Amino acid sequence: MLILLCGIIFLHVAALALLFVSTIVSAWTVSPTSSADLWVNCSSANGGYNCDTLETGVWIQAVQALMILSIIFSFLSLFLFFCQLFTLQKGGRFFLTGAFQILASLFVMSGAIIYTVMSPEWVPPTESFGFAYILAWVAFPLAFISGLIYVILRKRE
Amino acid sequence: MPLDLTHSLHSQVSPSLFLSLVLLVSALSQAARRGRQTEAMLTLLVLTAVVLLSAAPRSDAIVVYTGWERHALVGSDVRLSCSFFSWRWTSEDVTFSWSYRPDGAKDSISIFHYTGGAPYVDNKGPFRDRLEFVGNPARRDGSILIRNLDFSDNGTFTCDAKNPPDIVGRPSSVRLLVFEKVPIQAGVITGAIIGVVLGLLILVVAIYYLMRFLVARRVFSLSMSKHGKKGKGKEGSQQRQKPKVPLVYLSF
Repeated sequence: MLILLCGIIFLHVAALALLFVSTIVSAWTVSPTSSADLWVNCSSANGGYNCDTLETGVWIQAVQALMILSIIFSFLSLFLFFCQLFTLQKGGRFFLTGAFQILASLFVMSGAIIYTVMSPEWVPPTESFGFAYILAWVAFPLAFISGLIYVILRKRE
Repeated sequence: MPLDLTHSLHSQVSPSLFLSLVLLVSALSQAARRGRQTEAMLTLLVLTAVVLLSAAPRSDAIVVYTGWERHALVGSDVRLSCSFFSWRWTSEDVTFSWSYRPDGAKDSISIFHYTGGAPYVDNKGPFRDRLEFVGNPARRDGSILIRNLDFSDNGTFTCDAKNPPDIVGRPSSVRLLVFEKVPIQAGVITGAIIGVVLGLLILVVAIYYLMRFLVARRVFSLSMSKHGKKGKGKEGSQQRQKPKVPLVYLSF
């Protein structure tokens, strides 16, 4: 059963890492000359490679906030998992951990949905979605499954 | 800086200041002689404060304050404020001057002047019939109001105030930005969403612990009133098992 524990922790950490990479790396929309993400627009036209901060729209800020919140909640869920591992009674379920992880997955989902829906406003049609965007979409089911596993997990002495 | 210090020391050691310094030094020596330590320390403190304050560089420079940037919508009015700080009293010959330099231009044009108690607004330049003086020179306020803004009003406005004989100073500039709609600053909504969600989380946790505390207290007080000291013996028997690696299992 130690394998199960390690597997669950590995899944959780993988989801967290995907969230981190997706939020930070500048590759939500890419084109041959430029890449953009939640924070900056980088383009390598005109010879140099320069980035400038994204124009401040309401929706892009909402996406930023949701991604950061999902990272925070996933961290809290990991921390709570270790807390509950040592303090839960025998046969108890990891409800709190699972709830936080599911909340994190919901935040990622809403962030990715908002970005998908509003991106025609920000992104010219010639640009395509980059890998950080895909990672966000992959992190959502991963985190969701991880949260569900926590809910059905029971503590055995 | 040292030049300022000696200059101010020489020019501002007035007779009253000298007299008060002498009195303080004598009080200090008397308190020290009588052995009253707290009194001596207090006098020393006051003495240092007086010396420092009087030696502070009170250079005769006027300091002009305006904003740094002003944002406004097209078609609205904007009030550009200008005030100054000077050690002298506000004289009757106080003057305010506003000049305007459009974005990208090199020269600035004078648009407002207040002197001899009367304001003179722009009647030929880019702000004719749109400029109004809304300041109060007696209160050191030289603000102007510009009506019906347009995109061509983007630029830097410089206010220069003089309070004779206090005339040495730097003018201060405020940048005007005219928008079609006021943009939201970066990060405001992000921070707001994060703050609200985390705040709700902390609130829920706090309420949960509060309810648990209240329920436990009520149960405890009930059990105390019913069983007296008999109930306490049962709680001691629950032992703490030594922490091995805990195992988990799945079950639906």
